[in-house]
Amino acid sequence: MSEATRKVRRQTARGLQATPSRRGFLGGAVAMAAALATGCDKGGMEAFLQHNFRELSKEEVAKVIARLEREASAKYGKAVHIGNEPALQGVIFGYALDLSRCIGCRRCVNACVKENNQSRSPEVQWIRVLEMEKEKGVDLEAANPYYNPEEVPQEGKFYMPVQCQQCRNPPCVKVCPVGATWQEKDGITVVDYNWCIGCRYCMAACPYGARHFNWGEPMIPAADLNPETHLLGNRPRPKGVVEKCTFCIQRTRKGLYPACVEVCPTGSRKFGNLADPKSEIRYVMEHKRVFVLKADLNTQPKFFYFYGV
Amino acid sequence: MSCFLRPLCLSFGFALLAHGAPPPAEPPKEAAQVADTRDIQVPKPPFSEGIFPCTSCHDPKTMPANTKRRPLEGMHGDIELKHGPESRWCLDCHDAGHRDQLHLVNGDRIEFTASYLLCGQCHGDKLRDWRVGVHGKRTGSWNGAKQYLLCVSCHNPHSPHFKALKPLPPPTAPGQIRVQKGVRP
Repeated sequence: MSEATRKVRRQTARGLQATPSRRGFLGGAVAMAAALATGCDKGGMEAFLQHNFRELSKEEVAKVIARLEREASAKYGKAVHIGNEPALQGVIFGYALDLSRCIGCRRCVNACVKENNQSRSPEVQWIRVLEMEKEKGVDLEAANPYYNPEEVPQEGKFYMPVQCQQCRNPPCVKVCPVGATWQEKDGITVVDYNWCIGCRYCMAACPYGARHFNWGEPMIPAADLNPETHLLGNRPRPKGVVEKCTFCIQRTRKGLYPACVEVCPTGSRKFGNLADPKSEIRYVMEHKRVFVLKADLNTQPKFFYFYGV
Repeated sequence: MSCFLRPLCLSFGFALLAHGAPPPAEPPKEAAQVADTRDIQVPKPPFSEGIFPCTSCHDPKTMPANTKRRPLEGMHGDIELKHGPESRWCLDCHDAGHRDQLHLVNGDRIEFTASYLLCGQCHGDKLRDWRVGVHGKRTGSWNGAKQYLLCVSCHNPHSPHFKALKPLPPPTAPGQIRVQKGVRP
């Protein structure tokens, strides 16, 4: 959605609240009818009437968070905190992965599932590790994500974890018909789970298979739920919405490394601020052999692969 | 960066100069070990349990140093040295006079917590990458305090090749999902 359209929509939304216009009245009437028809409680009604995250005022966001926290805490039987940390000034997040060191142990996949409250059943995993032949190089057609030998790395194989590439030119954002996904100022593409209609256009548009759909009601054992969450990140999701890697928005906006960086036993994963010339990510970009996946598609990822040796 | 590397370069220079000469009799200056480690927080080196301090057994009064090259039997006999050329042995890195320390090629003694200086004598490119956070792993904060791991936290210094791991379970293949739900065709 263009800035101009967004502005118009925002103004319209504000107008609706200020004066009882015809549209406003109709909205209310429809909501009431829906409430009567579905037997929705107050929370359900609020959810039904909730606007796109980018059109919400600060007070509305606080209300939404309070409602979602209440719902999540009740569902999992423990206090769930939903944060709303904004993008940090002068920060553009970048990620680099050392293909010469990754051994394909999938510790990152596991840590990501736990940190980001991904559904255990049906299974949702934001990171997919591809096993490929060293002789053939990066050949996605011949890649195997289901490898399961006794030990990794296997002779003659290399491993390439793929997750959201946080494109500067994200096709998933372009195709979303409702504007439920967008790129934040720090470069993280996020999803408004309350605004997503589950059409999965973004999944079709993403050339990296990085978006995942909740085909069923997500199942997370209450004991395993990570209660530290972000509204646009790892808070518990409903059925029927799309989700994706957010560079652990709930951690990185507080200055922490993403969970996958912290868990990697080989130190293959590097993370930092692309706008800071002294960051380790910039060092990688300036001194190592770096490439991006499917560069010819002009998606301009901020996720880089490199060879440390 | 350059201020970090300068003492290191100096010690490299000394190493070159001192190559082939007998180690200095006087205990060498200790400036290098302080200057180089000030900004680098490292965890405790991964010692085997009860092994450190070495002087709890290697007391110079009761156990004088035997500097003769020999295969070790009994204590430390389990250590298999698979690092570099055959000729390498314990006292190339461990200090016979000060058992709780290591020494560089030029004779400078260093603490176990600064062992990366020792590794960097041969693996200079890795040390350079490690200092800027590209080789090895950092945890903590991307815009603040970081914890480094020592070289020896991942590479056993006696046998440094990174050990293979059992991979965690693979994702469920599409064919398997149906079986799980009990709608086998």
